[in-house]
Formats: sequence, structure tokens, C-alpha cells
Amino acid sequence: MTLSLKPSNSPPDKLQPTGWLKYLSFSLDHKVIGLQYLVCGFLFYLIGGSLAGAIRVELTSPLSDFMPREVYNQVLTLHGTIMIFLWIVPVVNGAFGNYLIPFYVGARDMAFPRLNAVAFWLIPPSGLMLITSYFINGAAQSGWTAYPPLSITTPAAGQIIWILSVLLLGGSSIFGGINFIATILKLRRPGLKLMQLPMYCWAMLGTSILVVLSTPVLAGTLILLSFDIVAHTGFFNPSIGGNVIVYQHLFWFYSHPAVYIMVLPAFGLVSEILPIHSRKPLFGYTTMVFSIMGIVVLGLVVWAHHMFTSGTPPWMRLFFTIATAFIAVPTGIKFFNWVATLWGGKISLNSAMLFSCGFIINFVLGGITGVALAQVPFDVHVHDTYFVVAHFHYIVYGGSVFVIFSSIYHWFPKFTGKMLNENLGRFHFTLTFIGFNLCFAPQHWLGLNGMPRRVAEYDPQFQLINQISSFGALLMALSTLPFLWNVIQSIIKGVEAGDNPWEALTPEWLTTSPPPVENWEGEAPLVLEPYGYGAKDINKTPEQRK
Amino acid sequence: MPKLPAILTLITSLVLGVGGVWIAYNVDMLPEGASLNAPVYDELYRVLFIIGSILFIGMTALVIYSLIQFRRRPDETGDGIDLEGNISLEIFWTAVPAIVVLFVGLYSYDIYDRMGGMQPLMHDHNSQMESQSERVWGGIGSGPIDTSSVKNSSSLPIELTAMQFAFIFHYPKGDIISGELHVPIGRQISLKMESKDVIHAFWVPQFRLKQDVIPGQPTILNFTPTKAGNFPIICAELCGPYHGGMRSNVIVDEQEDFDAWLRENSKETI
Repeated sequence: MTLSLKPSNSPPDKLQPTGWLKYLSFSLDHKVIGLQYLVCGFLFYLIGGSLAGAIRVELTSPLSDFMPREVYNQVLTLHGTIMIFLWIVPVVNGAFGNYLIPFYVGARDMAFPRLNAVAFWLIPPSGLMLITSYFINGAAQSGWTAYPPLSITTPAAGQIIWILSVLLLGGSSIFGGINFIATILKLRRPGLKLMQLPMYCWAMLGTSILVVLSTPVLAGTLILLSFDIVAHTGFFNPSIGGNVIVYQHLFWFYSHPAVYIMVLPAFGLVSEILPIHSRKPLFGYTTMVFSIMGIVVLGLVVWAHHMFTSGTPPWMRLFFTIATAFIAVPTGIKFFNWVATLWGGKISLNSAMLFSCGFIINFVLGGITGVALAQVPFDVHVHDTYFVVAHFHYIVYGGSVFVIFSSIYHWFPKFTGKMLNENLGRFHFTLTFIGFNLCFAPQHWLGLNGMPRRVAEYDPQFQLINQISSFGALLMALSTLPFLWNVIQSIIKGVEAGDNPWEALTPEWLTTSPPPVENWEGEAPLVLEPYGYGAKDINKTPEQRK
Repeated sequence: MPKLPAILTLITSLVLGVGGVWIAYNVDMLPEGASLNAPVYDELYRVLFIIGSILFIGMTALVIYSLIQFRRRPDETGDGIDLEGNISLEIFWTAVPAIVVLFVGLYSYDIYDRMGGMQPLMHDHNSQMESQSERVWGGIGSGPIDTSSVKNSSSLPIELTAMQFAFIFHYPKGDIISGELHVPIGRQISLKMESKDVIHAFWVPQFRLKQDVIPGQPTILNFTPTKAGNFPIICAELCGPYHGGMRSNVIVDEQEDFDAWLRENSKETI
């Protein structure tokens, strides 16, 4: 634990490698771990994206002609699992959380640096294990939901490796969650109150509460499922008296909050990015905090809206409809507050802002279809169709992934000391935004008109729309190239960024870029107004405003 | 926050409202409806589409307007206005979504009720078939819907067994086994469904109905076809490699044609 205001005088640890090698080591530095999460997550994103590409190629024709049917189901299972557990969750939580939270609370590292390193190093082996299961005996093919009895009757090897891998990733997530809660609540710099923290801290506190409460339920469920597969117990196996609906309740008790685990940190990151590039205070700080906590509470009691067609009793359907629809209220508050943050600002429409504003537009659409899906009578038609596929990609891609890119453009100068190329960034945004909407918007129509999800073959009348969707996916794949080129190019010969290129007030910018091992050379700064932008204080330096 | 002129606000709201309604009535995104609850469903869909269009267009316009209006001009330096919040605005945009959501919730409850979702299961035919201890869950439309327009009010029981990768229908009356579902127009069908292996789902997009077919737990789905024709039955729950090919047809006939089909295929004389 590092609560000291002054940097420690202990000599640097001889065992900790320096230079680029430290990124491959069991480093205890929260900034190194953050970047490890980010780069590792991005590599898995490329794999998950290639799998998505394979799905879209298969769907350019109504027949199952690109890959064997079993392989198609493995591909869609791996795509979902990789994108959720190895890309979005680790990056919005692990990467940015580790990098930023100690800065924001004025600490020199996370509360438990070793636990932190363990949490990261669980990810690469479990990810590799998941992917190599394909080459051993075929990967799991029951979807990322692994509903029994399908998951019990499909080949056991792949399913068991899938379970083991998700268990390890869940463990990593719980370690991270405990660490964030401890860091935010216990390592705050003296003099810094909770209500003075940057919004991302609140988002991470809320998310970590969800992680710690719900992930163990998933772990327990998957362990029971593995008993059914390996030891032929009958928890979920109906042929020996098990109950398949119980699995769904337990699974969604984690997996619905998992959506908030993916989007709440994104909400937090956007709340950091918008004020800086609009040169305005974050609008409605207090209501933002309460809406995050409102989403956390409501997020725990909405899981059965995934089961409206599973055979749930009418009263239960009704309760979950109302609870789900009400999440729109705190979420709506956040969106109105962000627009109000833009209002009257002096906005620099750079790549970070473009991706953040793209996020707002995409997520509003995903939220609207979400409220519609919460209505039982609406859901019974479109449940398990491409309408749902479109909806959740608007949430997790149009939402979380757009924010990840926005955050990379925003914090790259802090990570590396170099600027990213603006023109390439704008090109990247344009290609991603058009490709994304072209890929997923038409899928709403497909679902409403009768195309179920997770199919390798479909009614020929849907071919044209599917081809448009696949073309959008191609643009999304291509949009990765200018981004990768930009990152590599900028690391090698990018423009020097200086310590604070955005003239931001949050504490991570009040140090060198990249920051020293213990974050600040001298005493940790006390930032009481992280959003103190505004014309009134125009002539004051950040130090004077304190 | 600079005040918007009242007249501009009014005009914008009107344009948005009218635009939303226009879009909902002119963009047809649903397949034809062929059951009693399809028109009820389409009504809900339209209302959701109107609200959704207004919200989406409104928010998008607001974001784009802000980005253009408040962009940093090349010669500008310094910060935007020093505005940290506004209590009345916050109350406004907490209250409005809350009211909209409450309205949508109550309205969809009404729709759900009209589809028969809240009514207790009718056990007239099924009670003899299953023991009391068995739990039977109804899908939506488990009760009779507006029976006045239904020619024949007693429902026709049919049993569905789903398996990888087929739907098998059994007509207790006549002991007919069929791979396709034949039903008469205007009569309520009571489909008792159970799966032999994994979870499947029975979905007819034109009926706007879907219900999972679960192993070990029978489910009941009631519906009344209103249009003659041939509609797809689609499995909507991932059930294995041939999930995409697990399809069948529902053939909705006039009563006489249905009776003829029943006579032809019947194993016993009716």
C-alpha cells in the first residue's frame, strides 16, 4: 500500500526489468499493467474480429457453404466469448482502470499491486487455452451463453476448456474488482473527498461492485455445469431430472450485469473526455454519480428479461419489464448531461471527440431498442433474432468499443509522450462509423422479418440485406488498418506531445508523459475540481485554482 | 446555458413529433400479420417506433447542432462557459424519461393483457393429458383473445415435439402425425410443446409469437390464425449444427379444407 504523499526513497527494484521488456514481465506498476491489458485486449480483438469476419462471409449466401456447420457454431461461440471476456471487459476495466484510477485518487499505485499483476497474467493463458481448444478437439459450440442441455450434449472437451477459461477470466475480473474498490475507497489522497473524484472513479466503483457481486454466481453456475458434463450429475440435465431454466436464471444473474460491466466504465471515460475537449465543466456531477449507482442497483434486478420466451410466469415477466425499462431513466440523465456538457463549449472536434460523439449517437439507438426489447409483448417476436444482435452490437460496439478508441486517441499522448496523427484518426473514425452502421442497422430489419440469430443458413429473401451488412463488416475490418498504422507510426516518429497537450486538469496530466514509476516526481497534486474549466477561471493556472 | 427561444423550441418539438409519427406509419419493417394478436402487436410496435424515432432524431440533431454551433473557431482560445449544472433542467430530463417509460410500461402491460398473457391457462383439453404435479408454462397468448371474432371458440389441441432438427406435430383428434402444422382459420390453436433433447423455440414471424420448447418442461402456446397461407415455422434457439435448417411450415386453411385434410390423413374415422 502506498499512501505516502512523497515518493518512496527505496531504490528501484532490481527484479523489475526496464525498457520494453517490462511489458512482458510480472510488473507491479499499475501503468505497465494497464498497458498490458490494453495491448493484450487489442490482440484478442483482432482475433475476435477475424471470427466475426468469418461469420459475415458465411452469411453472404443463404446456404451454409463457407465452413462446416459445427465450425460455424464454434466460431460464433469463440467470437462472443473473446469479445466480451478478453477484449471489452479487460480493456474498459483493466486497462484504463489500472492506468487512471491511482492517478485520480492521488495514489502511487493500486492497493494490491501483486494481485493486480496476477489478475492480468490470468488473461493471456486462459485466452490462448480458449483459442487452442479449437485445434484440439473443436471449441465449444453452444454459444457464449452455453445453455444446457446443448452444452451438455455437444463434444465435452471444447466445452470444458471453455468453462475453465471463463472461470479464470472471471477470477481475474473479481481480483480487479476488489482492487479497484480498495483503491478508490482506501487510497485516496488525504483531503480528497469522494464527491471530488473524477467521474471515471465512480463508474469503476459501481462496476467493481457489480463484478464482485455477480461474477461469483457465474463461477458457481459454470462449476455445476462442468459437473453435469464430466461427472454426469443432473443439476441442469433434464434427462435425469435437472432443470434447464435454473441455469438460465443463474447465468443471466451475472451476464446481464456484465453488460453494465462493459458500458459503465465507458460512461466514465466519456465523462472525462467530453469536458476536456469542450473546455467546459462536466454538467451535473452529482446527478451523474447517482445515476451510476442507480444503474448498478437496477442492473442487478433485470436479468430475466433475457428469458421472456423461456417459460417464465406472467408476473415475473411484468416485474422484469418495468425494472428494465426504468434503467432508461438514469441512463437518459447521463446522455442529457453529456449533451449539456457540449452545449456552450469551445469544442475541438478531434478524433477522441468524434469517437465519443459517435458513441452517444450509437448508444442512444441501442438504448431505444433496449427499452423496446424490455416490453414482453414486443420481445416475444424479436427475441433470439437479428434484431437482438443489432441491439447489443449498438450497445457494446457502438457504445463500449467506440469509447475504447476515443480513449486511446485521448490518452495516447500520456501513455507514450507522442501525439497520434489527427488525419489518420479522422479517417479511422469515418470508416468505423459508416461501416458499423452499415453492418448493424440493417440487422434490425432482418430480425423483425424473420431471421433468427446464430444461423449459418437462412431464407434467400434476406440475402441482399445480409450482403449489405457484410459489406459494412468489411469496412469495419479495413478501418483497423489506418488505426494500427497510426499507432505504430506515432510510437516511432510521432510529434512530441509534452506533458499536457489537452491542457487538462485531471491529475494524470499533471505529471510527465509518460509518467515516472511512482506517478509524480514530487508530492501528489490535490485536484479538488477535476472539471474546473470555464471562462470564469480563464486566467488561473491549475495550481491557482486549487 | 443560453435560453432557446420558446417559439423555436415549439417548432422543433412539433417537427420531431410529426416526423416520428410519419416515419412510424411510412417505414414498414414488419412482415404481414396473420394471427389475432398480430394487429395488437403492430400497434405496440408503432407506438414504440414513434417514441424511438423522436428520441433518436432529437438526440442526434442536438449532438450535431452542438458540435457545429460550439466548435472552436481557428482564432479562438480559452474555455467555454462556466456551467456546472442546472437543477430545473436535471429535474426536467429525469421526469420526462420517467413518464415516458412509465407510459410505455403501462401501455405494453395493456397490450400483454389483450394478447392474453395475464390470463390463467385454460386447462380444458390439457388437464387430462398431464398430471397435476407437472408444471406447464404458457407462452404469450395463453388465454383466449377477444373470442367474439372467433368463429369456433373451443380451441384445437395439437401436440408439438421438437427434436434435433425437426418439429413433429401430433393431432390427438384423428391421431395424425405431421411434419407440417395444418390449422384452420379463425379457431384458437392450443399447442402443447415439449422437446426431446435440447431447447428449441417455436417461432412464426407472421403470428408475432415465439415460445421456447423445453426438455422436461412442457409449454403451451395459444394462437388464432386469421389469414390463409403458408408461413414459416423457425427454430429460434441455438440447438446444434443444423439449427439454421430447422424449419417447417404452418399451413393455414379454410375450415373446409382443413377438415378435408384431417379426414384424409386420419388413422381413425372421425
